[in-house]
Amino acid sequence: MNDVPAGLTRERGLHLLGEMLRIRQFEARCAEAYGAGHIRGFLHLCDGEEAIAVGVMQVLGAGDAIVSTYREHGHALARGIAMGPLMAELFGKRSGCSGGRGGSMHVFDAATRFYGGNAIVGGGLPLAIGLALAEKMQGSRNLAACFFGEGAAAEGEFHECMNLAALWKLPVLFLCENNLYAMGTALARSESQTDIQAKAAAYGVRAAAVDGMDVFAVEAAVRGAAEHARAGRGPVLLELRTYRLRAHSMFDAQLYRDKAEVEEWRERGPLTTLTTRLKVAGLMTEDDFQRLLSEADAEVEAAVEFADAADWEPVEDLMRHVCAEVAS
Amino acid sequence: MSDTVRMTYREAVKQAIREALQADPRVFLMGEDVGKYGGCFAVTKGLLDEFGEERIRDTPLSESAFVGAGIGAALGGMRPIVEIMTVNFSLLALDQIVNNAATLCHMSGGQFPVPMVIRMATGAGRQLAAQHSHSLEAWYAHVPGLRVVEPATIDDARGMLPAALACPDPVIVFEPISLYNMEGELTAAASDVKLDGARVHRSGRDVTLVTWGASLWRCVAAAEQLAADGIEAEIVDLRSLRPLDDATVLASLGRTKRVVIVDEGWRSGSLAAEIAMRIVEQGFYDLDAPIARVCSEEVPIPYPRHLEEAALPGPARIVAAVRGLFSDAR
Repeated sequence: MNDVPAGLTRERGLHLLGEMLRIRQFEARCAEAYGAGHIRGFLHLCDGEEAIAVGVMQVLGAGDAIVSTYREHGHALARGIAMGPLMAELFGKRSGCSGGRGGSMHVFDAATRFYGGNAIVGGGLPLAIGLALAEKMQGSRNLAACFFGEGAAAEGEFHECMNLAALWKLPVLFLCENNLYAMGTALARSESQTDIQAKAAAYGVRAAAVDGMDVFAVEAAVRGAAEHARAGRGPVLLELRTYRLRAHSMFDAQLYRDKAEVEEWRERGPLTTLTTRLKVAGLMTEDDFQRLLSEADAEVEAAVEFADAADWEPVEDLMRHVCAEVAS
Repeated sequence: MSDTVRMTYREAVKQAIREALQADPRVFLMGEDVGKYGGCFAVTKGLLDEFGEERIRDTPLSESAFVGAGIGAALGGMRPIVEIMTVNFSLLALDQIVNNAATLCHMSGGQFPVPMVIRMATGAGRQLAAQHSHSLEAWYAHVPGLRVVEPATIDDARGMLPAALACPDPVIVFEPISLYNMEGELTAAASDVKLDGARVHRSGRDVTLVTWGASLWRCVAAAEQLAADGIEAEIVDLRSLRPLDDATVLASLGRTKRVVIVDEGWRSGSLAAEIAMRIVEQGFYDLDAPIARVCSEEVPIPYPRHLEEAALPGPARIVAAVRGLFSDAR
């Protein structure tokens, strides 16, 4: 599968690859910063899943709301949250996009309607249907997009939300990143029905499985789903089949999967395949690739410098934002 | 001022909901059986006809989904009132309330406050047994980021809801099941009712009874019995369980020098324990007698009336506790 969609321009191809490279290089630098102790707590990296973040965000508009998971750096970057404030958030600094209070798992940004990394598996789905309900009740054409992993399909909230979203025909996109492992538990070890999209279909949610390693396939599927939801025809679930190339978190020794399996998926990785496809199609040279890579690296280094230089929040501010601060 | 109006607690809550729906197009109500059925306790009867399906939303039996949807709708610019049938059922939505509603404002650095109201029935007294009768207010009052109130009077039942809707934080409004049929006079304009702050419900010089919710009326009955014996009890209705109004409690203690806390929750890990400790921290030298507590017995609330009554902090137990504080002196 080395072809590209008909009519793909060089500019467009380089844009998509560049966006994915920004995420990949950002995550690599996060791993280093974790080793150096600049990032603490849990850190979940998304290597292998970049095509989903980038493909989805090509379709969403500025008015659409996004709910994500604790593995959300890629979603945040592709959405347009600036890399400096994102890295500063991971460092726990005041100029982080959540004011440093959330860290890696809790990225928030009002300007881009990014309603968080949610670190309770399945916990973001109810928020997303509520955001979609608000849009519907206010008569907009905006939708809510909700990322979650296949592990969430075992949670009651998944089933409650499929039912309610279909019942009320809410404009919500359920974007299931199926990377085959819920932390260390393989899908078949935890689910009686491993076909996630079939579960959604059972509730009357329009559902399809998509190759989540192919940015073009993701973008096309999301475009169709968004049109469906915006037209008031109800929710759509896309099961985006992908693979997490790194460990679940920085504490994971990966005892539950073979190295050979990881290597096999690495060859099918979304950056590897897109790079090849663009070259074969004559849309990108090796020089182009190196330029994208060095641009991404420069942006990442600038983000680290920004985060390093940023201030800590003073301890006197500890109790701020427990309740809303209202200008009176 | 016009004459006072007589109504039930149920009617007062319904009026509050109706007025909120009329006043603000962002307000809507959702929950189990709030529409066609008219509400599990008939609070919302007739509102579906008046306001339609968009704003009076019957939900599936999916507490986590519809409470979470209320949070999302609040984030998206609406002002939802979410009804949960009873506090026991709210445990199915605890993830959304504790992990989302209470945290999002803080975790987002103040970008995403959650202005919503969650109403739920609480407490015993209707022989509904151990899965519909508990008083778990203390669990919610434990959580930073939430506001927790419990109107015990007709005025508060009518006035605290609009105050809660005006609050930018998630507010949990507990409605005691046993008070829905209570009749009383509406005396205050809703706009005069505040969300926070305790209130002295009855003045007295000899002992302070600190309470809230349905136990307010148990304390009133106890105070009448005590008055016959010449003991005048002052009753402080806390109204707000988070934040707690320490100042009103301590001011009353300063006058009476004795305090009994009456709590329908279980004693272990109770709000009564929290209030007692605050009194020890801030008012120890005002005490002429040990702090006493009257709580529910530590048993799942039983079904038969005599056992249910025995489990609750009834007037007889309150009177006995107060007399105990005077036993040395008399």
